[in-house]
Amino acid sequence: MSEWSKAVSGFKSEDKETPTLSGSRGLQEEEPPLFEQDAPGRCGVDLPDPPAVKSRLGGMARQGAIGLPGLSEPQVIRHYMRISQKNYAIDTGIYPLGSCTMKHNPRLNEKIARLPGFADIHPLQPVSTVQGALELMDEIAHWIKTLTGMPAVALSPGAGAHGELCGMMCIRAALDHRGEHRKRVLVPESAHGTNPATAAACGYSVDPIKADAGGRVDLASLREKLGQDVAAFMLTNPSTCGLFERDVREIADMVHGAGAYFYCDGANFNAIVGRVNCAELGIDVMHLNLHKTFSTPHGGGGPGSGPVVLAKSLAPYAPLPWVVHDAQGLRLVEHKDGEAKTSLGRIKGNHGQMGMFVRALSYMMSHGSDGLRQVAEDAVLNANYLLASLKDELTPAFPGTCMHEALFDDRFLEGTGITTLDFAKAMTDEGYHPMTMYFPLIVHGALLMEPTETESKDSLDRFIAVIKGLARRAKAGEVGYFQAAPRLTPRRRLDETLAARKPVLRWRPKPGERRAAE
Amino acid sequence: MRYLPLTDTDRKAMLATIGVESIDALFKDVPKAARIGGLLDLPRHQGELEVERALGAMAAKNVAMGSVPSFLGAGVYRHHVPAAVDHLIQRGEFLTSYTPYQPEISQGTLQVLFEFQTQVALITGMELANASLYDGATACAEAVMMANRLTQRKKAILSGSLHPHYRDTVETYGRFVGFETVLAGPDPAGKETLASRIDAATSCVVVQNPGFFGELRDHTALGEACHKAGALLIVIVTEPVSLGAVKPPGAMGADIVAGEGQALGMGLVFGGPHLGLFATRDRFVRQVPGRLCGETVDVDGRRGYVLTLSAREQHIRREKATSNICTNSNLCALAFSIHLALLGEAGLTRLAAINHGKAVQLAERLAAVPDCSVVTDSFFNEFTLRLPRAAAPVVEALAQRRILGGVPVSRLHPGHAELENLLLVAANETNTNADMGAFAAALTEVLR
Amino acid sequence: MTVKYTKDHEWVRVEGGTATVGITDYAQGQLGDVVYVEVPDVGRKLEQGKEAAVVESVKAASEVYAPITGQVTAANGELAGEPARVNSDAMGGGWFFKMTVANPKELEGLMDETQYQAYVEGLG
Repeated sequence: MSEWSKAVSGFKSEDKETPTLSGSRGLQEEEPPLFEQDAPGRCGVDLPDPPAVKSRLGGMARQGAIGLPGLSEPQVIRHYMRISQKNYAIDTGIYPLGSCTMKHNPRLNEKIARLPGFADIHPLQPVSTVQGALELMDEIAHWIKTLTGMPAVALSPGAGAHGELCGMMCIRAALDHRGEHRKRVLVPESAHGTNPATAAACGYSVDPIKADAGGRVDLASLREKLGQDVAAFMLTNPSTCGLFERDVREIADMVHGAGAYFYCDGANFNAIVGRVNCAELGIDVMHLNLHKTFSTPHGGGGPGSGPVVLAKSLAPYAPLPWVVHDAQGLRLVEHKDGEAKTSLGRIKGNHGQMGMFVRALSYMMSHGSDGLRQVAEDAVLNANYLLASLKDELTPAFPGTCMHEALFDDRFLEGTGITTLDFAKAMTDEGYHPMTMYFPLIVHGALLMEPTETESKDSLDRFIAVIKGLARRAKAGEVGYFQAAPRLTPRRRLDETLAARKPVLRWRPKPGERRAAE
Repeated sequence: MRYLPLTDTDRKAMLATIGVESIDALFKDVPKAARIGGLLDLPRHQGELEVERALGAMAAKNVAMGSVPSFLGAGVYRHHVPAAVDHLIQRGEFLTSYTPYQPEISQGTLQVLFEFQTQVALITGMELANASLYDGATACAEAVMMANRLTQRKKAILSGSLHPHYRDTVETYGRFVGFETVLAGPDPAGKETLASRIDAATSCVVVQNPGFFGELRDHTALGEACHKAGALLIVIVTEPVSLGAVKPPGAMGADIVAGEGQALGMGLVFGGPHLGLFATRDRFVRQVPGRLCGETVDVDGRRGYVLTLSAREQHIRREKATSNICTNSNLCALAFSIHLALLGEAGLTRLAAINHGKAVQLAERLAAVPDCSVVTDSFFNEFTLRLPRAAAPVVEALAQRRILGGVPVSRLHPGHAELENLLLVAANETNTNADMGAFAAALTEVLR
Repeated sequence: MTVKYTKDHEWVRVEGGTATVGITDYAQGQLGDVVYVEVPDVGRKLEQGKEAAVVESVKAASEVYAPITGQVTAANGELAGEPARVNSDAMGGGWFFKMTVANPKELEGLMDETQYQAYVEGLG
């Protein structure tokens, strides 16, 4: 008997489930919180003695311990290595998340962002010492304006939702300037939650607009709701159903006819970059997400960057600072006087997410005008390939082709006792991050898939095969399999009810423990 | 194109599966007038070499703060970041992962957030912290809005110690969200009294410690005055290293702490992305904006972490959310957390002591420059220097001599004649004796 | 002692001059595990059909509307520590608040048990 045969013959299927002594399972290492690895006085940084001076803290010295744990460098590296391995990432596999545009994050962007000339400059250095930084901001502004066809851009918002806030504030400022105090904002029922949240934050009441049977804005519903007291209509185009709003120019005319502004949520810009001139759609303001269309890394939840393009009518209200050209070169306008008298003012500290501008510009320059157009085409192609390949096994929410994301509902699971959520958990055991679920709200048990252009056909084919297999399994009635999923992930289903009923939001030592983190 | 995996063969096959002739068929819903026919007037695709060359040339036009003696603060601080931090945040599992909405496959991110929240609560002396906001200025605005919700009042008093960017951001939010801001004038000497301005309509008083001008003050009495009137005390911290040496806001009776975490973990990056810190008391938890990570167990009884109390947030509450915020500054929070993990108790306190020592030494040297005086009595690692003439041109002249000698107060507080001669100077562990000597000498020369 | 129901799945039970209000068993099933309830303050004046309370589950937050007009006389303090009661005993111990009955005629416009069951069945 060969060694291999011996090993195979000794194998019992229950071995797979045998608990280990350490709790770790092969390369999946269990790792406790930092606070449970403390040794007082230990430090992962070597620092010299402080200079011997007479204190000028004025009696404000901190009393008592802070409670931070002390670890050495090897322990810290191991800690973060181990916990990183419990994370899925786009580097690991596909993220078919609708409207998130989880595309590949090029490493060139990281290299360039770390050049000392970009990374090691202070926002308040004399402007003469950071002309290259202002040049970069000016250059990315140029790319953004050219790609969208819009005349102006505000670079400072810190993320998409912040960009929405900025856009709505510009609209409000423009209306205030006109002496009009409009009270309502219209938002499609299919909109992302940030849209109504932003409108409400600006003091507007939110009126929902229905979708028609095809998943697009119901023009009759919009016509009925428009009036002289409407400040803006917020539209996502392509919509959160993955469909291009073909009546967009008529919508723009209706909105403008009522004296209102047309806000476009640019979260889905990946579907149209290089192929559609947004100004020709009639929009007045649109935010972009550099962390979606322009590949800046999600980092586990942020940071993002949400520049906002503006029509001429709204450009004077753009928040500070502005980058302007003059005889000496580039400068920053940082105060609401002179040329910037009409500006909203500041919505954030400093000058915007420079680290994301560098990465996004590196991405834009790498792709160029030809590459960016190809991005939109491949993104739309990939989504339609998924739709066409899955439409017989799953149930598409709307007929016809889609843009860059494919929307299904849960009719294919009817009668199985298996929910969209259960289906998603089974996907994680297969090594896939689930698609967006239960959004948009207008579709029951929605499954929204956006593969992006950086998935190869091979990757999509493997994904399609697994989704089909899971769908068949669901229809065959294997309820138990789905409800017990996932089994193979670093943690199985977690008790979110407990976490909400009895929130534990920080580590605390158990009673009687030597080391107190407090 | 190196980032696009589809080949022409693939595309043909896929179009056939979809059942359309060409890709244009999939764009049929775009109005003709909005279609872009050919290519936009932008350069075509370039390889890494060309992109590096072009962007490297832009970078080369900037003076990196580490390349010359530098003493800039004003809310953004250049500390030494240990090498391990940048390596760890570049792990693909951290760098390229999504928001942890699927907790079973996001325990890495979630454990980081749980540890981060704990660290922020500890250093600020508060009971809980959130998973971070965009930056200190927006965190300050969110703190004011939270105080408004809690007190059902609409008037915020903003101290003269508050960083002007933070003040301006709160003012902008106030104008559009609908609340009043009462601004105290700039307070370089740290002498303002705000207690008398609190009334029954006040939701909060916002102070900064160390203040914008560097000054340290104990706001405990102010906190008591606030609470007596049913208002909240909000304390802003723009330099987290200060918490290694200075009485924390929690010990002063702060109700909400907002601040900037940039100083630990991520470097300057020309002002963004930075890291909004936010901490408060347990009883206010339901009004906290942004993400919260909580501990729980899985079906096997193992400890794990999830995002929790999500019903406050925009994706559920929509127009009734506590904030419209969607992202946090996650990767920056990770960098902050790793840096603090390496420092630990001993490291943070020692680092803070070094910072204070350096600043005291620099203050002595600069006070010895003819006609200069230090305005700030008590400070941590930043103070205000009064020059014999306008500070802005002096800073330009110092820059010509390859010294980044502080931030002129007039850059952030324009239009105040009495502040024109003031210079904000920061010192920390990265400044050598030689640096400080060079600064003092150059300043002497420029002022001659 | 009759129980009446609203289209938004609130129930109201009137005994003497006091009305007790909660959400129905159907509603709690739809919501999932309740994690938090925001009850109105005693003394607050409520208008029929306007927001009175908020009930949160892990994934959703829903408004609870006043089924009739009146003033809040008591709020269920047990729900703070034990929101699960809304799931386990929606029609009894999971009550939200008690209020006065300003206009008894309003009760006539609400559904009775039979009508409510039919209504729920119709929702599919």
